[in-house]
Amino acid sequence: MFVMQCPHCCEAREEEEFSYSGEAFVARPSAPETESDENWGDYLFMKRNVKGWHWEMWGHSSGCRKFFVVKRNTANHAIGGAWTLAEARKVYDAEEANA
Amino acid sequence: MKKDYSIWKLLSQGLKNHEGWTPAWRSPEIKSSYDVVIIGAGGHGLATAYYLAKEHGIKNIAVLEKGFLGGGNTARNTTIVRSNYLWDEAAMLYEHSLKLWEGLTEDLNFNVMFSQRGVFNLGHTLQDMRDIERRVNANNLNGIDALALNAQEVKDRIPMINISKNTRFPILGASFQPRGGVARHDAVAWGFARAASNYGVDIIENCEVLGMDIVNGVMKGLQTSKGYIATSKVGCVTAGHSSVMAKAAGIRMPLESHPLQAFVSESLKPILDTVVMSNAVHGYVSQSDKGELVIGAGIDHYLSYAQRGSPHIIEHTAAAIIELFPMFSRVRMNRQWGGIVDTTPDACPIISKTKVKGLYFNCGWGTGGFKATPGSGNVFAHTIANDEPHPLNAAFSLDRFTSGKLIDEHGAAGVAH
Repeated sequence: MFVMQCPHCCEAREEEEFSYSGEAFVARPSAPETESDENWGDYLFMKRNVKGWHWEMWGHSSGCRKFFVVKRNTANHAIGGAWTLAEARKVYDAEEANA
Repeated sequence: MKKDYSIWKLLSQGLKNHEGWTPAWRSPEIKSSYDVVIIGAGGHGLATAYYLAKEHGIKNIAVLEKGFLGGGNTARNTTIVRSNYLWDEAAMLYEHSLKLWEGLTEDLNFNVMFSQRGVFNLGHTLQDMRDIERRVNANNLNGIDALALNAQEVKDRIPMINISKNTRFPILGASFQPRGGVARHDAVAWGFARAASNYGVDIIENCEVLGMDIVNGVMKGLQTSKGYIATSKVGCVTAGHSSVMAKAAGIRMPLESHPLQAFVSESLKPILDTVVMSNAVHGYVSQSDKGELVIGAGIDHYLSYAQRGSPHIIEHTAAAIIELFPMFSRVRMNRQWGGIVDTTPDACPIISKTKVKGLYFNCGWGTGGFKATPGSGNVFAHTIANDEPHPLNAAFSLDRFTSGKLIDEHGAAGVAH
């Protein structure tokens, strides 16, 4: 059980209020008609499944029903932060650039 | 030392205060090279090593284990064995496994306490019952024993089950596989370990794989916490940590790791002599030979490698079990734990070669790998030894996530994920 801050409601709520919505920032191929089967399968099915810090989407399903992004450590359930999708993208890109 | 266990050995040891028993498997020093290295000494990994040695004549094998033998999901499951899967590919694979279970104690000379007490999969809605009819018919066409029962027939077999119409999800019937049952999970790992060790397989515990030495797409060896091992064939059987191993090899996997919880009660007198599973209300229960009720829950839906889950999942499952068996409402629970299961998009495993020559993966068993332990090891050993899949696991290759030929077993997987 963990507590997350919904960046839309600006309130800390228990995990049960939220729905997990998978890995964040998975880019859909821009030209699906011409994409190879391998790349399309990769987009559809392959996961990073990180042990450690993981960027993921959650929906506040029992609250405002909006989606947001959480950085969470999958090894110990520590929360590194929660942002709206647009804000999270900036933080994520900055982190990726430094990595 | 005579390696076989027998009644005579038990008697003679009894006269000597049981002081002459030797360890069931060797704990050898690690060598610098092996023909085949298996990563992960759980049930599936040890079974793979056993069948590699027994059926394919490969003796220079190591099984590496980060922790202790059989300490992962092998020790954390609810020990249910069945083969009543819907699609031909899955049904054949699990039935192959069930047939091996039926002779496993004799084959290993180790009592795995396989008890074919039958498995009920309950239906609570009209759609459940239609799916059950379909699955039972599919099973029968595949030569797998299965029966569709109505609520009264379920009640006749399990007298204390609640088939009242006044529950939230009344029981309408069930599918029943008489040859299904349970086995002693630890004994499976120990039995395979002992039998593999007798064939000369080196089981190396407390040895973590730190990296893979892959040159031009060909497996050369492994960096481990006990030094470098040269090998041209590596079989990776690391369940929830398969993505971590895949990352070391530069491969992406269609896996998500989730916690799956289970709990056991204090010991009770014999009360439940079969296995009851319900996909709709989400719980499954059997009684161990020690008398504990062994209860399985659903997965936590978020990704996690922490071997624990959230309390509300336990609450949900306990509520489901009590609705099925109101008399269990005052049973006290003894222990609770979580294991990390690697789920695939189609609820079917991956037993496959990879784009790295000499690297093989056996993973994605999700919430139902225990039942497949001997069959999984058997076909995976074939895949490694011949560098070609066994006919039974050809459909379970990684290619299916490119070709789109998925095997959708969500309906029969027992636990929704």
